[in-house]
Amino acid sequence: MTTLKIDVHHVTRVEGHGNIVVDTRNGEIKECRFEVVEAPRFFEAFVRGRPYYELSHITSRICGICSVGHATASLRATEKALGVEPPEQTVLLRKLLFHGEIIDSHVLHTYYLVAPDFLGVGSVIPLAATHREVVERALRVKKLSGDLCAMIGGRHTHPVAMAVGGFTHTPTEGELREMQARLVDARADMDETVALFATLPWPDFERETEYVSLKKDDEYAFIDGTVVTSDGFSYPIEDYRKVTNEECVPFSTAKWTHHNRESYMVGALARVNNNFDQLHPRAQEAAGKLGLKPICYNPFLNSAAQVVEMVHCVEDSIRISDELLTRGIQPEQPPKIEVEAGEGIGSCDVPRGILFHNYVYDEDGICVKANCIIPTNQNMANLNHDMQALVPQIMDKPQDEIRLTLEMLVRAYDPCISCSAHFLTVEFV
Amino acid sequence: MENPKSQTPNPKPKVAFFDFASCEGCQLTVIDALQTHLDLLGAIEIVQFREAMTEKGEDYQIAFIEGSCTRASDEARLKRIRAQADIVVALGACAHLGGINALKNLHPLEDVRRWVYGDKADWYETYAARPIGAVIEVDAAIPGCPIDREEFIAVVKAVLLGKSLPIPDYPLCVECKLKENVCLFHVGKFCLGPVVRAGCGALCPTFGSGCEGCRGLIPNPNENAMKDVLAEAGLTVEDILSRFTMFNAYQMQERAAEKEGK
Repeated sequence: MTTLKIDVHHVTRVEGHGNIVVDTRNGEIKECRFEVVEAPRFFEAFVRGRPYYELSHITSRICGICSVGHATASLRATEKALGVEPPEQTVLLRKLLFHGEIIDSHVLHTYYLVAPDFLGVGSVIPLAATHREVVERALRVKKLSGDLCAMIGGRHTHPVAMAVGGFTHTPTEGELREMQARLVDARADMDETVALFATLPWPDFERETEYVSLKKDDEYAFIDGTVVTSDGFSYPIEDYRKVTNEECVPFSTAKWTHHNRESYMVGALARVNNNFDQLHPRAQEAAGKLGLKPICYNPFLNSAAQVVEMVHCVEDSIRISDELLTRGIQPEQPPKIEVEAGEGIGSCDVPRGILFHNYVYDEDGICVKANCIIPTNQNMANLNHDMQALVPQIMDKPQDEIRLTLEMLVRAYDPCISCSAHFLTVEFV
Repeated sequence: MENPKSQTPNPKPKVAFFDFASCEGCQLTVIDALQTHLDLLGAIEIVQFREAMTEKGEDYQIAFIEGSCTRASDEARLKRIRAQADIVVALGACAHLGGINALKNLHPLEDVRRWVYGDKADWYETYAARPIGAVIEVDAAIPGCPIDREEFIAVVKAVLLGKSLPIPDYPLCVECKLKENVCLFHVGKFCLGPVVRAGCGALCPTFGSGCEGCRGLIPNPNENAMKDVLAEAGLTVEDILSRFTMFNAYQMQERAAEKEGK
């Protein structure tokens, strides 16, 4: 029987700092876990005392990749607390901006962080010489999604123009038409992307678990809706604590969450599993080519689910642009806010999964209480259970291969460790 | 004797990226900037960039550091980087100013720790957030939250050529006027443009949102006059201070301490 000791100190090509620790003796697992060693940042403590209009600008700084997602969840929480409903055009523009971020984040993860594992290199940089067309395509899609976010929000990382009840800036009809034309052109890149990822040999591993996501009656849900699970549960967003059940685990660096089982998974795979029927037909077709059929229990296919969502978001962005152009773009004018005391809970399904922001404001609109529950947090328990199930299956392989497979598993979850509102530091063993 | 280094076939400067408490948005902006300046990859050799690559080279001349120093263990790591690198560049507001992380300095530390971690607070190492310049000598800073892509490219080029840094010392209003924006004070909003360093192309005012000061104050800003202007616009001192502190809490506290010392 094998004795195995793996200590990957700071897994690379992930967002933030985490370590893999595996220790087996005579085929028996002594230790097997993913540690988070990111510096805690205390957002929930220091937003107290800040006025309502600052909250989305401060909390977008939780994460550089999903700052639009944090800003959107934050604005929805504030809007619910203050009794503000954004007008239809604002809702459409937010969806379009959100799609931009989903595409941006997914192309970064699938092409820059995941693909090098399958092509046997340490980063995307050497691929520029060996797989030039692949890199150029990734850059093209990345630029498109970044430009889409910038057109609406001012920039992608930490958007400027998102405000309570509306935007402080409006894209012009010309900008929107030009963007739509680029999105139509991007269909070819999406086809190539699906073709590329369909050839990748995803590790063969399954572990049955529960998938949690938002759901809406009329569309594939990213913003608002109800919280549903693949075990058949459904809750209003306001009852999010019934799903997340945060707990401290002595050997873990992060608070863990569980619902109906020992753990659950959030993110692209959870959304595709729960809301497959609402995907655009082209995205469903892509799922077929990628071998992704709900319900899929292979966490490595989270990256394939991200490819499916990129296809969906390109198609839906074309549709939303049509709707905006047909309606005619009006100047956005965020309403004057009547400040009142209240509590609000906002939820979005951001690139890495379902996210909750919960604020309490006093009568002057000053935040007195805040709680943010981050997707990566919710995935920690599931990732650890996957690792513990995977290690015995691959224990007889060479150590380098085991190490790579475990790193690939961590990367498949696309962890965003900077989103570490709850994350804790640990001492190394 | 001949310096063996002069015979090295690859004279490209080796560059490494590091991060401390931050959102990594500045490193993402670096990735974005490189995609439109692939030529730059030919002029430097990136030996360490954990977010984007597996390789970890410890032999580097230029270090870019994102994030604030928020715990004692960060100091040792910062000093190791300083000892290795010829040039250290602070990347973005967290490293340059302390930035958003320093908002926690406005609360008693014990209260902040208990608020988030309850009775487990003692498990987690943390202290007041500081810019990296408070711990090690910094040769250059690229301001902003996040950094501006073009400014990053311009700074890298200046560093490689040994030229002075293209970071302006004048206020944001200069750039905003060049863009022919309507002044936000005229439409009832507020903006820190008059006292904050330019270089971002006045992005926030251009998108209808007042400057929040992420690039830091200009040298010798006439803050008191600024406060009067804001007060004329009907804003309370608390509003103004709150806007100043969003990214400059560390600086505001340092200035207050300095005044008290006098």
